[in-house]
Amino acid sequence: MAIIHVDGQDYEVNGAQNLLQACLSLGLDIPYFCWHPAMGSVGACRQCAVRQYKDEDDDKGSLVMSCMAPAADQTRISIEDEEAKAFRASVVEWLMINHPHDCPVCEEGGHCHLQDMTVMTGHDRRRYRFRKRTRRNQELGPFIAHEMNRCITCYRCVRFYNDYAGGTDLGAFGAKDNVYFGRYAEGTLESPFAGNLTEVCPTGVFTDKSHSEQYTRKWDLQFAPSVCHQCSMGCNISPGERYGSIRRIENRYHGEVNGYFLCDRGRFGYGYVNRSDRPLLPEWRQQPDEEPTTLEVDTALARITDTLRHSQRVIGIGSPRASLESNHQLRELVGADNFSTGIEAREQACLALMDDLQRTTGLHTPTPRQIENHDAILVLGEDPVQSAGRLGLNMRQAALSRREAMGEKIGIPAWNAEALKTLGQDVYHPLHIAWPTATELDDVATRYPLAPEEIARLGFAVAHIIDPAAPVVDNLDPATRDTAQRIADDLMAAERPLVVSGGSLVSDSVLQAAGNIAQALARRARQGGLVLIRREANSTGLSLMGGQTLDWAMDELTEGRADAVVVLENDLYQRLPAQRVDQALARADIRVVLDHQRTATLARASFTLPAASFAEGDGTLVNLEGRAQRFFQVYEPGYLRPEARIHESWRWLHALAAGLRREDATDVNLDEITAACAEAHPALTGMVEAAPGAGYRIEGLRLAREPHRYSGRTAMRANLSVSEPRPPQDEDTPFAFSMEGYSGFDHPRQQVAFAWAPGWNSPQAWNKFTDEVGGHLSGGDPGIRLIHRQPGHRDYSLRIPAAATAENTLRALVLPSLFGGDETSARAEPIQQRMATPVVILCHIDAEALDVHHGDTLVLGDSPAMTVHEQDDWPTGWAGLPAGLLPGLAQGEALTLSKTTGGEP
Amino acid sequence: MAEPVSTSTLIGSDGFELHPADETAILEQLKHYEQPQAACIDALKIVQRRHGWVPDDAIPAIARVLGIGPGAVEGVATFYSLIFRQPVGRHVVLVCDSSSCFLTGFDELKQALVNELGVDYGGTTSDNRFTLLPVCCLGACDGAPALMIDNDTYGPVTPDDLPRLLEGYP
Amino acid sequence: MSQSIPSQRQSTQYRSRLLQPETERSADTHPLTWRLRDDGEAVWLDEYLRKDGYQSVRKALNEGDPQAVIANMKEANVRGRGGAGFSAGLKWSLTLQGGDMPRGYLICNADEMEPGTFKDRLLMEQQPHLLIEGMILGAYANNSFYGYIFLRGEYVESARVLNRAIDEAREAGWLGPDINGSGFDFDIAVHTGAGRYICGEETALINSLEGKRANPRAKPPFPGQSGAWGKPSVVNNVETLCNVPAVILNGADWYQGLSGDRTKDGGTKLYGVSGPVEKPGLWELPMGTTGAEILERAGGMRDNRQLKAWLPGGASTGFLLPEHLDLPLDFDTVGKEGSRLGTGLLTVVPQEMSMVALMRNLEEFFARESCGWCTPCRDGLPWTVKLLQALEHGQGEEGDIELLDKLAADCGPGLTFCAHAPGAAMPLETALRHFRHEFEQGVGKPRGEAHEDPIPVGQV
Repeated sequence: MAIIHVDGQDYEVNGAQNLLQACLSLGLDIPYFCWHPAMGSVGACRQCAVRQYKDEDDDKGSLVMSCMAPAADQTRISIEDEEAKAFRASVVEWLMINHPHDCPVCEEGGHCHLQDMTVMTGHDRRRYRFRKRTRRNQELGPFIAHEMNRCITCYRCVRFYNDYAGGTDLGAFGAKDNVYFGRYAEGTLESPFAGNLTEVCPTGVFTDKSHSEQYTRKWDLQFAPSVCHQCSMGCNISPGERYGSIRRIENRYHGEVNGYFLCDRGRFGYGYVNRSDRPLLPEWRQQPDEEPTTLEVDTALARITDTLRHSQRVIGIGSPRASLESNHQLRELVGADNFSTGIEAREQACLALMDDLQRTTGLHTPTPRQIENHDAILVLGEDPVQSAGRLGLNMRQAALSRREAMGEKIGIPAWNAEALKTLGQDVYHPLHIAWPTATELDDVATRYPLAPEEIARLGFAVAHIIDPAAPVVDNLDPATRDTAQRIADDLMAAERPLVVSGGSLVSDSVLQAAGNIAQALARRARQGGLVLIRREANSTGLSLMGGQTLDWAMDELTEGRADAVVVLENDLYQRLPAQRVDQALARADIRVVLDHQRTATLARASFTLPAASFAEGDGTLVNLEGRAQRFFQVYEPGYLRPEARIHESWRWLHALAAGLRREDATDVNLDEITAACAEAHPALTGMVEAAPGAGYRIEGLRLAREPHRYSGRTAMRANLSVSEPRPPQDEDTPFAFSMEGYSGFDHPRQQVAFAWAPGWNSPQAWNKFTDEVGGHLSGGDPGIRLIHRQPGHRDYSLRIPAAATAENTLRALVLPSLFGGDETSARAEPIQQRMATPVVILCHIDAEALDVHHGDTLVLGDSPAMTVHEQDDWPTGWAGLPAGLLPGLAQGEALTLSKTTGGEP
Repeated sequence: MAEPVSTSTLIGSDGFELHPADETAILEQLKHYEQPQAACIDALKIVQRRHGWVPDDAIPAIARVLGIGPGAVEGVATFYSLIFRQPVGRHVVLVCDSSSCFLTGFDELKQALVNELGVDYGGTTSDNRFTLLPVCCLGACDGAPALMIDNDTYGPVTPDDLPRLLEGYP
Repeated sequence: MSQSIPSQRQSTQYRSRLLQPETERSADTHPLTWRLRDDGEAVWLDEYLRKDGYQSVRKALNEGDPQAVIANMKEANVRGRGGAGFSAGLKWSLTLQGGDMPRGYLICNADEMEPGTFKDRLLMEQQPHLLIEGMILGAYANNSFYGYIFLRGEYVESARVLNRAIDEAREAGWLGPDINGSGFDFDIAVHTGAGRYICGEETALINSLEGKRANPRAKPPFPGQSGAWGKPSVVNNVETLCNVPAVILNGADWYQGLSGDRTKDGGTKLYGVSGPVEKPGLWELPMGTTGAEILERAGGMRDNRQLKAWLPGGASTGFLLPEHLDLPLDFDTVGKEGSRLGTGLLTVVPQEMSMVALMRNLEEFFARESCGWCTPCRDGLPWTVKLLQALEHGQGEEGDIELLDKLAADCGPGLTFCAHAPGAAMPLETALRHFRHEFEQGVGKPRGEAHEDPIPVGQV
């Protein structure tokens, strides 16, 4: 802590920060552009000048850039100094020289940091009377629009894209007043984190193309605090809605999970919510192949309960992409004995093992942000960027943070970004990745291209080196032994070693190996960590809830032990081979499917109930840390589309259960459902605390979903009726479908629908909601951890796989895939444009055996043609296939690939 | 589905190949430095020596040889004034426009060059023989006004000297 | 005709030369140039060794005390000849070394691009071994394991000469492992640039050396703490390094004595003059020689023109007036007059030259050579150019000169990221101060009505 004096006032600040950050954290406004809390200082824009005095007696002082000056104890500055103010006005005037007067047609307008800073400095008229320079723009792919005329050359884009996120195709080109930020050649931005440019750019150079097509100003959007449903990371998001469709997704700051950044799957994958083919009404289908007829709600409920009541046994199939509440209500409907999680057996076993390892190995699971403080990482059988998007950014920061340690030795503060970059060029904390093919982290990592069993054997070997009490791996080849030694040395030398693994390989032995390493490290009493990546948004939650496997459910149906099935938000064809699902569904007389997407499973339903997506409903998810997080309904679909009958699945299921009991479906609210769920499942008890209940008020007010400048509410439905109905009432949450309500920052709160503060319209407004800039939300970061270390003892796993022997079969190695590997986001148009063309990765030997070469095509049955990608070090006997390419394909399944026969490739 | 984007796992697309001798020369440069990026400017010059300029497709090709990003290579290629990212003539005339030359007849010399060549700064003569560019102080101020043609520095140069001087560069 | 082309090329070819004959130069008085030949050919290794070459390396390495080299340099107070005038010895003493600090780099700044400056070219083209010797000493003092000569790409002849000399030195054991049996290893590579004035800024130079865009780096940390590839690095100008061998061989007192009682800055300086003088050229003279003496050596103004103003050391120094000609040209004296010694090569401005036009030329240079990193430089300087263009054509508007005042003030030291924009501001500020009336003559219009606020504030 340090005391600084600002304009005659004394403040206590964090002395490790620079003056800009310290002052902003105090709530003092200093304009800035190039500085970013996550990326540190570079001193380029010169906007944050203040006057600094040497000491008490110095009345002259000199102008300094507050971002480049330490907030050292007894620093004396003046923000209000006239000369400093005049200089700051000059800087904005220069930046505006070439900036177009296109705010009215600019998509950044209304949440533009440049607008905010221009107003803050008081620049309101142009003295520059000469010609402005103009630019050409680039086509940068389906996610990002480019308008270089607006650029103020703050260099934030390249600093984020290249330095922070490891991208290589974006650059700063040219020099002098002709610096151009773009791609080296026109084309799609390659980084899976490119979408953050839309928030990192202080003005409208990089904007969200998905938003463009249905543009709405920030102040006209309705928001709710939400949680990304596209992987297990649980990033906090702030989706914005207008006229009944989601218009964009912005980052919602969370100090421990996602900070300021999202991955592109999460940001641009929301399009499935807006699909025009979504089921809006209950549907009924007598025969599997006939066109469905729509039903009114009461009719649908009555018919479904009627038929279910006549069923001998109803199986409920839950879903790891649905909320805990919905899954629990399904379980209540069908009974615990008839409830399946909807997860394939091997995956479910892995999920259970992951929960267990998190509790018993003795290592703590760090938050994503805490990952950045780990000084050696081993990734065993995961490709974190592909399987958990945002997590990869945290791991990259961990590798890069070696420079901070180096800088500390010679007095370079952690915020001096360029200096640290210079000092620690190509020097990283050790990051070892055992994964068969290239990952986005390879530039800062050492990667071992191994097959799943070999990855496990390597892991077991590492554990044995760290703790000789861990089982020894027999017949270990010398190369693997050396690798294991190197990895073990790095982990043992580290202050805070981290083991990362997960379910991508669906391999018990890989996870057991990770567990052994974690346990071996825990015995050394270091502050190590264990991170285990799950596949879907609520995989962890479902695992904690428990239930039978999907395979069990299929068997029960196929073997005639049940004659009805209720499927919750789950496309079974994504999880098991089509034949097996067909067989099972064919045996069920009644197939009730609740979903918000027209999946293959829904197409087989006898009854369909239109479920709410994350945007239209509330619920709770548990992320890969074990953090339960609440997501809130963004908008009420029935308000703008009165014909729609979309409801949360938990609401439908509650009504069905009431119907089965021949009771009236009394209304129910989220708090009751959540409480019931928590009560029924000891592992989920804490979920009630994930967010405040519906009764929460600030100063007696509900929380507003709409900014106070929200316009056009009274005319919103004028196309339907000139009389404005009462806005929808939200009985489930403390949020109001209105601009009326609290939306300020002065009362600390965790659940922030949108960040806005007077003078701060851009995403930088989040800095007003945090305890210190870049710290935690001032009301605490949302969510509650449900998985805790348990005292006790875990025996080392002895399940070491045997060394691979040469076999003739080719097995599927399904590779997690950020774009396409997630069921729902793969239905969003921009994500579809980013999916890779179908490829199959083979080693040279296997390619030869199939008589194909790099670039040839292969098929599996009636699959689309897949281009052969020969990879020199790819493990023999495996065919690498991106997830989502062949639905229902099991990890490790034996494959018979055949050459395409003529015709189209 | 749309065109694949070139991610590291997929098959690369563009076809430009560095001349083997150029690649060797670039790799030779790496020996002088701690990090491969340092050879970036040398690499661009090597390519430029062969092609006269640095063609677009050479950017990712150089990036691959050096193991750095194409964005970084293009950033460097467009920063430095002696790396040409557009085709130039067989000979490049760099005319010094800095203060000492400005004080000793630069304006006349430049005008004479424009008349002689028929092109202004950035232009290339229609016979593809000369490209005219400004250059910052050539460090030949005691011979001002000065200019450079390819690797040769001249000064003081009068407008009258130009025709025969240029004749030496067919 | 065909025979006349080579001769034309020959006769117009530029050659770097010193306008002092061998007879005038001696080892005692001209440490930088006494070995130079009248015929202008390079002094190669044999000749260099005959003329006491590498004696100082022999001496320093035999004594085996790098700190003594630094102490000597500090005492001699050899101030940076690239223009900043910072004590080389002090810089060396601040370089991190020892402990677990890795050995770093000794970088010679040979990116001579300051308009009006042509001195380093002479040293490199004609006496490469003096620079190499200076670099060995610098490397020894700073525990540098490798050296680079960062040479501007246009200095083709310098590159040729230096590369040959480095080969000679390596062959003879003056470079490479175990130099002269001392156990000290050091080698040098010539790194040629690809244009851009900003590469002369020492941290931008390091970025360029690393193959990056030549944006300067923030200081601190200084290169001595974290320079090339994050290793402790020393960047010295060619002329500065060329001073080192004589200082080490003859001692600090001798060096101090070279300038007599003209100034407290020791040693000699390569002074020069360019612009409309009779004999533009270069001379090694005692530090503190006056502008008048130098101008006299240049034969005075060409064609009896009148001197209006002069830049003492390149485009980034402030304008001085004829009345300043009798001041000793050292770092501090010139500094007191609102200018800087800079590189010590004078640019003279004749009476008939429009200061507005000249300023426009200078600001065009600075605006064009801005790296584009910080706002005042990148966006402020082009505005000054446009204002000056308007003034030059009588299109200036009321308020333009005040705007130029403000732009010059806003580009001052500390406000911009590096010294580039302050270098542009200094001549502008001094020109506006000394020759304001010339600028005022360019104001031909009232403030443009079109730019006035069409709707008064508060009435919207």
